[in-house]
Amino acid sequence: MERFAIYVPRLLPQKEYFAPGHRACLGCGEALAVRLVCKALGRQVIVTNATGCIEIISSPLPYTSWRVPWIHSLFENTAATASGIEAGLKILTKKGKRAAKKVKVVAMAGDGGTSDIGLQALSGAWERGHDFLYLCFDNEAYMNTGIQRSSATPFGAFTTTSPAGKLSIGQTTWKKNMPAIAVAHDIPYVATACPSYPFDLIDKVNKAAAVTGPAYLHILSPCPTGWRYTPDLTIRLGRLAVETGIFPLYEVENGKYKLNFDFPRLRPVGDYLSLQGRFRHLPQEVIDQIQARVNAEYQKLKKKAA
Amino acid sequence: MEGSFAVAEAAKLADADVIAAYPITPQTHIVERLAELVANGELDAEYIPVESEHSAMSACIGASAVGARTFTATAGQGLELMHEVLYIASSLRLPVIMAVANRALSAPLSVWGDHSDVMAVRDCGWVQIFAENGQQAFDLTLCAFRIGEHPQVLFPVMVHLDGFHLSHVVEPMSLLEKSQVEKFLPPYTHPFALDPDKPVTMGAFAGPSLYMEAKKAQDAALRSAKEVILQAWQEFGKISGRYYRAVEHYRSEDARVLLLTMGSFSETAMVAVDELREQGEKIGLIRLRLWRPFPFEEICQAVGDAEVLVVLDRCLSFGAHNGPVCSEVRAALYPQEKKPKVVGFIGGLGGRDISVKEFQQMVTRGLERAEKEIKEEVEIIGVRE
Amino acid sequence: MEIGCVVTSPGNATQYRTGDWRSQRPIWNYDRCIKCGICYIFCPEGCVNLNPEGDFAADLYYCKGCGICARECWTQAITMVEEE
Repeated sequence: MERFAIYVPRLLPQKEYFAPGHRACLGCGEALAVRLVCKALGRQVIVTNATGCIEIISSPLPYTSWRVPWIHSLFENTAATASGIEAGLKILTKKGKRAAKKVKVVAMAGDGGTSDIGLQALSGAWERGHDFLYLCFDNEAYMNTGIQRSSATPFGAFTTTSPAGKLSIGQTTWKKNMPAIAVAHDIPYVATACPSYPFDLIDKVNKAAAVTGPAYLHILSPCPTGWRYTPDLTIRLGRLAVETGIFPLYEVENGKYKLNFDFPRLRPVGDYLSLQGRFRHLPQEVIDQIQARVNAEYQKLKKKAA
Repeated sequence: MEGSFAVAEAAKLADADVIAAYPITPQTHIVERLAELVANGELDAEYIPVESEHSAMSACIGASAVGARTFTATAGQGLELMHEVLYIASSLRLPVIMAVANRALSAPLSVWGDHSDVMAVRDCGWVQIFAENGQQAFDLTLCAFRIGEHPQVLFPVMVHLDGFHLSHVVEPMSLLEKSQVEKFLPPYTHPFALDPDKPVTMGAFAGPSLYMEAKKAQDAALRSAKEVILQAWQEFGKISGRYYRAVEHYRSEDARVLLLTMGSFSETAMVAVDELREQGEKIGLIRLRLWRPFPFEEICQAVGDAEVLVVLDRCLSFGAHNGPVCSEVRAALYPQEKKPKVVGFIGGLGGRDISVKEFQQMVTRGLERAEKEIKEEVEIIGVRE
Repeated sequence: MEIGCVVTSPGNATQYRTGDWRSQRPIWNYDRCIKCGICYIFCPEGCVNLNPEGDFAADLYYCKGCGICARECWTQAITMVEEE
């Protein structure tokens, strides 16, 4: 296996902490993201997971894909459970009831479990300043229950609860800016990431895990089933999301913005939207609307990162 | 001292590790005193001031899952808000200990005591125990740690104390010494505590082919916990001199009519029984202490040869046949060959008191209803027309 | 079943043959393969690895046939071929 060691994969930890045999759809961007995240995190973690795609596909009794300690309780309380785990470990170490070994508390949830039903618990945990890493795997809808809209669903997207019809273009609100909400809580590290940029994702996971205090990573997870595209395009779509400026990759360290990938010219949003069935119904005016918004938001971000 | 403070003292003596709680009347004094104890270093614990009761129970689950001794308290609406999380705690077998200052449920909003919050969580799978006075609140909270964390139990435990009547009333108390508690309470270890050295998966999902078996096993475990509960109370009695039982008797041995109460009304009922006994009536009282797992045998034994059993419910179950306690007692007695006529009353809702006189009226009226076999099942005592 | 339905064998999902799902499988052309490892990185299953001969290949026990490896391969060394 020595040849393995001199090529690019050597930059990745080899062990798979997220075992194959999980029930994710073909080409699932979220499963890939979780796999890469787990590689970066290693063994010394305790993971708490919200109800959602990843939780369901990875833990069908009597099987589990998890090779690290993992607990799932409910949909909206991931951050609260993480708070309890963090406090428990802290006090047990302090009282000498457990070995003083550094274990990172990691919370994983989808976009619904983060920006909708889980927002309260997350805001509370951030305000209390618990030392934990929160990862939001954003596939832009409630995918596990059958593609219903969430506040992370992009403008104009078709979901079963925001379908396109004679009177509707699909989702009629803009995607909730979760990283901005995280930054507003004054937490030490916030970043966006995408599995199409695996080394960037892994670097950010490492950086976030090294923070003492709350850290937040918002990871775009392309979903073939919900976004309606052939499974082989997952990585390409993630890249297009970044290259069109729809999902810029940036970090905010202690309030200071940094754009990780800037492009001299953004690709037109049409390149990204046209590949996905969930946007197929959009008339040109709406696409133009989206383009205008993306341009404006990107400029705002660039200003913050200047 | 106040009942609330006594409960806090119990948590302190038990050396709780994590306290995650949200304030709600009438439990506020419990969480305030706990915060004070932690701030002064009298209790070495992590105090998580969570942003809702749902998060309180969720944080408790997380803490218990890594092996921390966990305590919280709530009341009324708070208990309802954490409803779904309660099931998780019991189904994942995490021994979170919780004091509930029983409070009426909205609407209309009422901060005063009754059992409607308890009855709404009847089936959540927790061990549930009732205190009748502040001393018991202290004792039973201490016992709760011993019971819940016992390797043959591993269930969360609720200790119920009536809101305001118990939480805020001051009475003389006898607390235990730290050394006594240390002997009584072994350290808490969960067999599957989350630990990178022994990775486990908690909270996987079950398809139809597995779910029923899981629930059956859980139910069997809860029922068999009764043994440990009774034993723990025996041990506690040896240390403190105060013995507790699943069903307490008060002058019930030769009673013709029995009252049955749960919670602080038991004390008023005892006075009523004394007065009626002085008048020559053969009246007795059964006090239900262990609510879940329900003590079927003890109830059947306690009713003895009584002709009429008058049950007081402190909760109105809308549209139901009778109050919850009455229904369950009736169900427990149903298979018996010889059983008393069971008559149900509902009272004390929303903090309204029931006087000794009203208890005596219940006995008279109960006898009347039993003899006349009145169709109407439920009677609310102490209410205006 | 353990109490609380806790699963005590980490990663035992590996017993489940997700390979049964696929309708196409990836085939490597080792003349074109530059062993960059991108197929290994981007597989959502984590089932692409070096085989005993030192070449990248998908573990067909798990491979769902999503086609990401074929799509992303820099030298188009991987082709998706219909399953029989």
